[in-house]
Amino acid sequence: MDDRLYWHWLCSMENLNPVKKTRLLRLYPSPEQLYNIEEKQLYALDFLTDREKKLFSDSRNEEKEFRKTYEQMERQGIRLITLSDQEYPNRLLHIYGPPCGLYVKGRLPAPREKSAALVGARGCSSYGRDMARRTGKELAAAGIQIISGMAAGIDGAAQWGALETGSSFAVLGCGVDRCYPVSNFPLYEKLEAEGGLLSEFPPGSKPLPWHFPQRNRLISGLSDLVVVIEARKRSGSLITAAYALDQGKDVFALPGPVTAPLSEGCNQLIKNGAGLLSSPEDILEILTPRWKKPLKKRKEIENGLVFNEKKVYSCLDYHARSLEELVEKTGLTVKETAQALVRLEIQGLARRAGLSRYTATTD
Amino acid sequence: MYSATIYGIDGILVTVEADISDGLPSFDMVGVLSSEVKEAKERVRTALKNAGFRIPPKRVTVNLSPADLRKSGSGFDLPIAISILCALGLIPAESLKSRMFCGELGLDGRLCAVSGILPAAFAAREKELSGIAVPIDNLPEAQAVEGIQATGLRTLKEAVDWLNHPEQLGEQSTVPAAEKQEETEWDFCDIAGQAAVKRAAEIAAAGMHNLLCVGPPGTGKTMAAKRLPGILPLMDEAEMLEVTKIYSVRGLLDQGAPLMKKRPFRAPHHTISAAALTGGGSVPKPGEISLAHRGVLFLDELPEFSRTALESLRQPLEDRELTVARVRRVCHFPADFLFCAAMNPCKCGYYPDRSQCRCSDGSVRNYRGRISRPLLDRLDLIVEVPKLTYEEWKSGEQAESSAKIRARVEAACQIQRIRFRGMPIRFNSQMSGRQVKQFCPLGEKEEWFMEQIFQKMGMSPRHYDRILKVARTAADLEGEERIREEHLSEAVFYRSMAEKYWRGEEEYG
Repeated sequence: MDDRLYWHWLCSMENLNPVKKTRLLRLYPSPEQLYNIEEKQLYALDFLTDREKKLFSDSRNEEKEFRKTYEQMERQGIRLITLSDQEYPNRLLHIYGPPCGLYVKGRLPAPREKSAALVGARGCSSYGRDMARRTGKELAAAGIQIISGMAAGIDGAAQWGALETGSSFAVLGCGVDRCYPVSNFPLYEKLEAEGGLLSEFPPGSKPLPWHFPQRNRLISGLSDLVVVIEARKRSGSLITAAYALDQGKDVFALPGPVTAPLSEGCNQLIKNGAGLLSSPEDILEILTPRWKKPLKKRKEIENGLVFNEKKVYSCLDYHARSLEELVEKTGLTVKETAQALVRLEIQGLARRAGLSRYTATTD
Repeated sequence: MYSATIYGIDGILVTVEADISDGLPSFDMVGVLSSEVKEAKERVRTALKNAGFRIPPKRVTVNLSPADLRKSGSGFDLPIAISILCALGLIPAESLKSRMFCGELGLDGRLCAVSGILPAAFAAREKELSGIAVPIDNLPEAQAVEGIQATGLRTLKEAVDWLNHPEQLGEQSTVPAAEKQEETEWDFCDIAGQAAVKRAAEIAAAGMHNLLCVGPPGTGKTMAAKRLPGILPLMDEAEMLEVTKIYSVRGLLDQGAPLMKKRPFRAPHHTISAAALTGGGSVPKPGEISLAHRGVLFLDELPEFSRTALESLRQPLEDRELTVARVRRVCHFPADFLFCAAMNPCKCGYYPDRSQCRCSDGSVRNYRGRISRPLLDRLDLIVEVPKLTYEEWKSGEQAESSAKIRARVEAACQIQRIRFRGMPIRFNSQMSGRQVKQFCPLGEKEEWFMEQIFQKMGMSPRHYDRILKVARTAADLEGEERIREEHLSEAVFYRSMAEKYWRGEEEYG
């Protein structure tokens, strides 16, 4: 049997946690040796539970099964990068419980380039979505690789933004041959072509709930810095932030109104000492020391507008404002406000973020 | 002698004749009768007896022709009874010639009101009959048709007396109907704030454009919809008759108020079946869509309606007429109404307010997805009705009254009436593609603006006409001859929402 097949076998044992797998590898340096240990030796391993031992010996009887999946995997263009490979991301060697192998579709993050994780809630506000997209886009433009989880909401928005100007990588909670959530299929395809899809779970794995917290350690592990865009009080993104702190990485959080439940987690992080993200430049300053600050020219933009448009534009910000609010604030009629908004939209200065809700464009 | 059956919303003349001949005593009626007409036999026999007429023990045959048309409705009791009396020689035959009778008999011989008198009277006038006799309660309805002599009767006995001695006619009026053109109790001044929906309602009313309100519960979507009929222009005589005819067929007319003077407002519950919406039955009766003719059809909680019910709206929205086909015949119902719908933005109703809404994006998309694309494409104005803060709600100065809005709407309608003189349409929303070209010319600047819209906002060309029609109405409301950019941008504003929003594309900009 091929050496890589033994690695695939080891990685396929989903129910054995990565920490224990590394301990096994310390005792038996190659998976081939591990595969061929005798029952007696196996039962002597005191850190494995009886259930795990049984699982281990059972999995060896399924040789045909994982041989088949391995061949299938090769046909689909999925690579397995193992701990013994040169390519294996250096960053992961330094985390607690590194995965034995990574299944990869597309590329791996370049080891010499900086990378940042952008994570957040699935059900997010338009403010969060905009900021995620904008942050992803600007960081990627500066050559920073964006790592995220390809989930709905913040993750997806950040990666769409990043792909506009640079590259992005997704660490999945299921096999890389699966697209979860299905609604992100366009993103999945784009990531495969212009970035990479990574997973420690073998192809065919389902997106089981316990996969995601485990996967989060890789998102932070692959990044130099973690940014939490929007998170409720109890959120998976906070798990990622906790991993980042364990791994000794910086954590940034986007502040939100104290009344917004979606920003509770972020504000809590800031309170506890996380960096406050007020613009993507905050991160660029840390990650790319030679970063020079270009100035935003809101005033200049305003000068080019006619009276009503200026009035409406001055009331727009990154929170979605409804037509009703704008009418109230500007004192214009519905007709005038609608006209100004449509004109601002044509000029690319306003963006519709809902039925009749508008935000200022973020770039 | 004649009577009429109703098919669809039209009356069809039916000849009623009776013969009494020797043979075993029997009472037979022929002519494809529905069960309520068959039962007339028992009512007629008893009513005749109780009115003091004896049917001899002979063979009575009643024929309703044309023989191949199915007759339904309870109005045949009176003509059957009278034709039998005529066959007995108690009524002179010539007095029945070219006269129509409609009415249901009680067992004691009194006459009860029936539905569908108005279309029957129309049919009588069309066939140039000389008069129509109806139960006294139906008299105002029959009198609404000009050019035909209407007589109101109370009992079978009175009918016989009158036919024998035309000069001895009973009192011809019922309780005088209080001439109540009551002011509608729903007024727009009750709605605080919400300028956007008011403006959209005004445009919708002025051009009969379809309107969809989206917003969280309790923000005034239903309130606004209920106030729509109050700002629509008043109906003219012809329109009133059209509407009354439909209500007459369904038997929904108010006693003593023969004409529907107020524009109808129909708001069926969302559990309604497609058949109840469009009209149905083996002899089709008009449904909610037709009952809203010339008025407002309001569907609250639009996504909760069944798919089939919603899709059945597509044809009437396009053709302003509804075709119900049955094995025997095809019926056309008028369906020219202002379609107004309301819905929540998601299941819980609070999206995109994330402090209250925890619906997943998928569930939000799914909820919106219940409104099919083709139906959405037929909506001209889509407006958001957001939740007001307490201050906004409190600070709003006294809002405009419906009367003021209606005055502007009336003026815009006057412009349209002049524009479409000699054409079968009355409102901007009804223009065909060719008429749009004719009546909505754009200047150079406006053309350029539209080009920008299509390029930058991802608008689909099939909505071009729809936008122009709404812009035309916006211009009419200001009495403007030409459509200017401000009108276009407003129309675009209300329409473009559907484009990105509905597919949930806002996520990626």
